[in-house]
Amino acid sequence: MFDYLLFAVFPYVAVVLAVLVGIYRYVTDRFSYSSFSSQFLENRMLFWGSVPWHYGILIILLAHLLAFLFPKSWTALISVPVRLYVLEVAGLALAVVTIAGLALLILRRLLNPRVFVVTSGMDWVLLAALLVQVVLGFLVALLYRWGSDWYLYTAVPWLVSLLKLKPQIQYVTALPWLVKLHMLGAFLLIGLFPFTRLVHLVSFPISYLWRPLQVVIWNRRSRI
Amino acid sequence: MDVRAQVSMVFHLDKCIGCHTCSVACKNIWTDRKGTEYMWWNNVETKPGTGYPTLWEDQEKYKGGFEKSKDKLRLKLQGKLGALANIFFNPYLPTVDDYYEPWTYEYGNLFNAPEGNDQPTARAISMISGKHMEMKAGPNWDDDLGGSPVYAENDPNLRGLTKEERQELDELKRMVFFYLPRICNHCLNAACVAACPAGAIYKRGEDGIVLISQEKCRAWRMCISGCPYKKPYFNWSTGKSEKCILCYPRLESGQAPACFHACVGRIRYLGILLYDAGRLKEAASAPDDKLVDAQRDMILDPFDPEVIAAAQACGLADQMIDAAQKSPAYKFVKKWKLALPLHPEFRTLPMLFYVPPMLPVLARVKDKLYEVAGADRDGLTSLLSSLEQARIPLRYMASLFTAGNEEIVAAVYRKLIAVRVCMRAQRVKDVPEAEVQQALAQGKTSLEEAEAIFRLTALPTFEERFVIPPMAREMAIEQTLDPFTHKPEAGFGSRQPPERKW
Repeated sequence: MFDYLLFAVFPYVAVVLAVLVGIYRYVTDRFSYSSFSSQFLENRMLFWGSVPWHYGILIILLAHLLAFLFPKSWTALISVPVRLYVLEVAGLALAVVTIAGLALLILRRLLNPRVFVVTSGMDWVLLAALLVQVVLGFLVALLYRWGSDWYLYTAVPWLVSLLKLKPQIQYVTALPWLVKLHMLGAFLLIGLFPFTRLVHLVSFPISYLWRPLQVVIWNRRSRI
Repeated sequence: MDVRAQVSMVFHLDKCIGCHTCSVACKNIWTDRKGTEYMWWNNVETKPGTGYPTLWEDQEKYKGGFEKSKDKLRLKLQGKLGALANIFFNPYLPTVDDYYEPWTYEYGNLFNAPEGNDQPTARAISMISGKHMEMKAGPNWDDDLGGSPVYAENDPNLRGLTKEERQELDELKRMVFFYLPRICNHCLNAACVAACPAGAIYKRGEDGIVLISQEKCRAWRMCISGCPYKKPYFNWSTGKSEKCILCYPRLESGQAPACFHACVGRIRYLGILLYDAGRLKEAASAPDDKLVDAQRDMILDPFDPEVIAAAQACGLADQMIDAAQKSPAYKFVKKWKLALPLHPEFRTLPMLFYVPPMLPVLARVKDKLYEVAGADRDGLTSLLSSLEQARIPLRYMASLFTAGNEEIVAAVYRKLIAVRVCMRAQRVKDVPEAEVQQALAQGKTSLEEAEAIFRLTALPTFEERFVIPPMAREMAIEQTLDPFTHKPEAGFGSRQPPERKW
């Protein structure tokens, strides 16, 4: 029953929270939908923290997503041992980079008095959750080797069953607790998303690529 | 012809006394909030000097403005893909240390300190972290060239000068300076607008005021690097960029912007300029020495029937055209060609223009006689030293106002000199007629024009300095809204306090 709550109810709660509160926040307080950068207050440590962290976590998340979306191609990709080794080692290395970057970002917020001032309670909650989650991921990858393979037969079918609204928790309940915590951590972060500065994820300015450089706004007419 | 109107500004530097009243007026209205303590939407710099933020003119450092590469105009900062790649860390962002850390004093300690042997003190505390701090810089730290070897010598505009010229400036550094008040230039080809990944910055179509939407700003910080004048500022408390709004709520109710209104020296003029938006790219990508001319060409004559017809076809209100005809900016910039843009080589087509200051007269007392160096060179009376002998080299002025074109600066000065000679002849009557004629010829001007320049420079009324058209805000409000309800709320779309609640 407890497993059912954790792996069949909690994910839906998290996603519903993320969507509903996310929309509510966007409608009522668009002002806060930003990354709330602190680069202006501290530059150097941010570089060594933010760049490895963001690029590292983006690539790792992308790998999670690709394996989920294209399990067949993924199986084909890792069917050659050398590729599997490269993938696993690259994953571990990226995890180290990511953890180092995040740790530096946390230290920066603790140590620099200017940046400390602009850090809210929710920021600390988020930073802690992120740190726990990436460390868990790293430990899972380290202790339970070949996750790029078994992920396809455990987490993926579970997630698919969640998507189909017919949760089948037997795919994951027998897994080691470290792995289970990592899975729950993911949904915890999804649940935290609308309440924290994580909202900057959905404000990524991709439209910059095609908008004209100059923006002119007229009162009544629509004319560039 | 795509005719548009732009609220433009002219600052007459000869009249600036460096009192900072403009800065204070602005600060009291707009930037007295948390997070904005260090912002000076209007600031007054001493030149030669490094300005605010330090070395803002050095685009090798900050990558502001546009550059031409293979006949294409691109942001010096980065391309569009570069903007997305640099989004996690902006490599060219000035930090608070390039401005100064705002501080206050522990005044409470003066009252609350326990009784002791020493007088209680009010130590400086940071307005960001609240901790005790050492002040290392502050607003106008280099005012009037204080600490000149640190500040003035590093002025990027001195790069083009010869060693001797620099030495001469150094010798006289305590005496040669002028003030450069700066606000947002409300550029036609604004680099902040082009650099904003979120598309939060925009130019208002009707009057050309450049604004940052606080709701759309996502704190990517590219506007600050992109603007070569460093006029968008980052609010560290709300995580949004803010900049001069040209007091649009005041303009919309017919008042001059606060810095203009407060100006003690009455150096500021405000008026409409009509321009041809179709020629924007062409003007912004002209060769360096043609940039000023290209921008002047782009500005249209509001008396030309063709221009008026085109303006009406483009939907410009009649009162806007009328204001353009009365505009002091049109006279200074286009008709008399006296006002120049600041650093046109940044290619943003700034719409704030400066009448350069008459260079300080270089004179020495020789045999108990006051001798103006090189006065005889131009064949004029010893009122003014010759341009070639000017205390601040023309090349310095050219580096500031004409992207290095000394001819244009010289032409401006010859006209300004002609005005002085004419007025001297009229008032003091000690200048021979031949010399007046010579000065007029050298300045390529006429007696009528010189008198008109004198009038608008020295004796303008409030209404002559600020020609503010009705901003036609009735076009912006819905018919259902009572205009009397709308009027006291003019300008503000946001009803939320600028605070981050999540």
